[in-house]
Amino acid sequence: MATSNETAPVVELNNVTVVYAKNVALREVSATFHAGAIGLLGPNGAGKSTLLKSLLGFLTPTTGKMTVLGLDVATSPLEIRSRIGYMPETDGHIPGMNAVSFVAYCGQLAGLPAVDAMQRAHEVLYYVGLGEARYRNVETYSTGMKQRIKLAQALVHDPDLLFLDEPTNGMDPKGRDEMLALVYDLAHNKQINLILSSHLLPDVEHACDRVVVLDKGQVVAQGPIDELKGRRIQVFELRIKGDRLRFAETLRREGFECHETDEDIMRVLVPGEDGGRSLFALATRENVQVRHLRPSVPTLEDVFAKAVGEE
Amino acid sequence: MPIHDQTYRRYGGRRDVVGRAWQVIARNGILTMVRKRLFLALLLAAWVPFVVQAIIIYFSTNFAQVSSFLAVTAERFRTFLEWQQRLPVFIITVWVGAGLIANDKRANALQIYLSKPLTRFEYITGKLVVLGVFLLGVTLLPAFLLLVLQVSFSGSFTFLRQNLYLFPAITLTSFLQVLLSAFLILALSSMSKSSRYVAILYAGVMFFTDAVYGIIYAITGSSSLSWISVAANLRQLGDVIFRLQPRYSTPAAVSLLAVIVLIGLSAWVLERQVRGVEVVS
Repeated sequence: MATSNETAPVVELNNVTVVYAKNVALREVSATFHAGAIGLLGPNGAGKSTLLKSLLGFLTPTTGKMTVLGLDVATSPLEIRSRIGYMPETDGHIPGMNAVSFVAYCGQLAGLPAVDAMQRAHEVLYYVGLGEARYRNVETYSTGMKQRIKLAQALVHDPDLLFLDEPTNGMDPKGRDEMLALVYDLAHNKQINLILSSHLLPDVEHACDRVVVLDKGQVVAQGPIDELKGRRIQVFELRIKGDRLRFAETLRREGFECHETDEDIMRVLVPGEDGGRSLFALATRENVQVRHLRPSVPTLEDVFAKAVGEE
Repeated sequence: MPIHDQTYRRYGGRRDVVGRAWQVIARNGILTMVRKRLFLALLLAAWVPFVVQAIIIYFSTNFAQVSSFLAVTAERFRTFLEWQQRLPVFIITVWVGAGLIANDKRANALQIYLSKPLTRFEYITGKLVVLGVFLLGVTLLPAFLLLVLQVSFSGSFTFLRQNLYLFPAITLTSFLQVLLSAFLILALSSMSKSSRYVAILYAGVMFFTDAVYGIIYAITGSSSLSWISVAANLRQLGDVIFRLQPRYSTPAAVSLLAVIVLIGLSAWVLERQVRGVEVVS
């Protein structure tokens, strides 16, 4: 597990509203991020990046209170920033520097002595897989390498908490797997708490233990992933003979979530315990023949779809 | 498992207290510039007027014939600083200052900087120090060295005793030049992602305001509107500080107000522009 005290919250938001460029980006958000690896999930524009930037002190909430590692964001932003690492979504580097100078410079900015910062820079660059390219100018890096160096600069001062904003953006499948392995390793073997913001459900499911789901600036679900996946809903794979679209519409009218897949199989989310019987009853009523009905394991995608759908 | 898994260790060493990051920024900025040979050549060239003045002081203090037409007076120090302001200060300001923030904005570096334990004030201070060090290095430092040379060559403190006000005058004039130039270029630099554009804009501000004043003076024959020109304000204040007859009819207080307003405006722009996020309304 990520830390010995897994239930202790590392970030708490209490009724936080953030207005960003005249738009309400976060609306009365209350959430608790426990120690360990937490996924911050939501579609584009849900307010994930805004939340991280607010926690960094870049944006000031109009209402509410935020604490990070037990410190108030409004009164102790510098103390907080000395203990967290931030990997931004967009590319960012100091112009004209090679990788090792850049990462060491970030270490010094975070308060490390020059010699220690340089030593740590070499270590973290090896750790993120840029050891061989550490003397290259950052501007010549590929997209995947830029993602890795952003992680390196966030890690160099050994933070207690990492904010990772879409860390796999623009990476090829192999690079993405390696990045997720790093994230998993940091959280589960190196005892670094992290908040992984992503719109990619598999990324969060792979690396995180808990999740906070945001949609339209509001928290629509939060908790341990396993618990959320097992809660309230049964998921079935369903194939029918008959008018599939009409039956899907009927299912939705009856309050079931229904998602089309690439093949002719639907994934149906049924609330409660007696889902199979309910589906058969509906099929009988609608004069539809059930050709295939199999209980399925709920994925984070199902949780996400339900949470966002409910909203 | 990630590659090189064993290389990551938790850090248990010393951490500096918060509030010193500006020194890191300043040191890095200065080292970055002095690593450029062309820039070093420019710095050396900026000291050529000092060498010329040093030779003049040497001859005027040692040869009576020369001192009759090249006497060392307080005005010589004022002339030296004015010449430095006219060319070396301008070139160094543009060369060093134009990209100080613009390049960071182009590379999205502000979010990196400001996610570390430093304030926007510290970031701006670090950048100001970079420019300030080089500008004071071609104004305050050579002017004081000239004073030292004057004492050394003449072998007496008579000139210094008679012109003690030169110490605060040189300091004040140099700092006024440096502060105005540094704030102005940093404010412009914070408004763009292109250092070339900033350089052109700064040159435009300096030359355009001077040209507008020149045209008005040519038409009206009055120098009462010299406060329009950024450079003229510095010249006017320099004259007053060095106890010389002011060359423009604008009151010194108006010139000082113009300079203060420009610095205040630049600080306001910096406060608006240097942020971890870009807010587009």
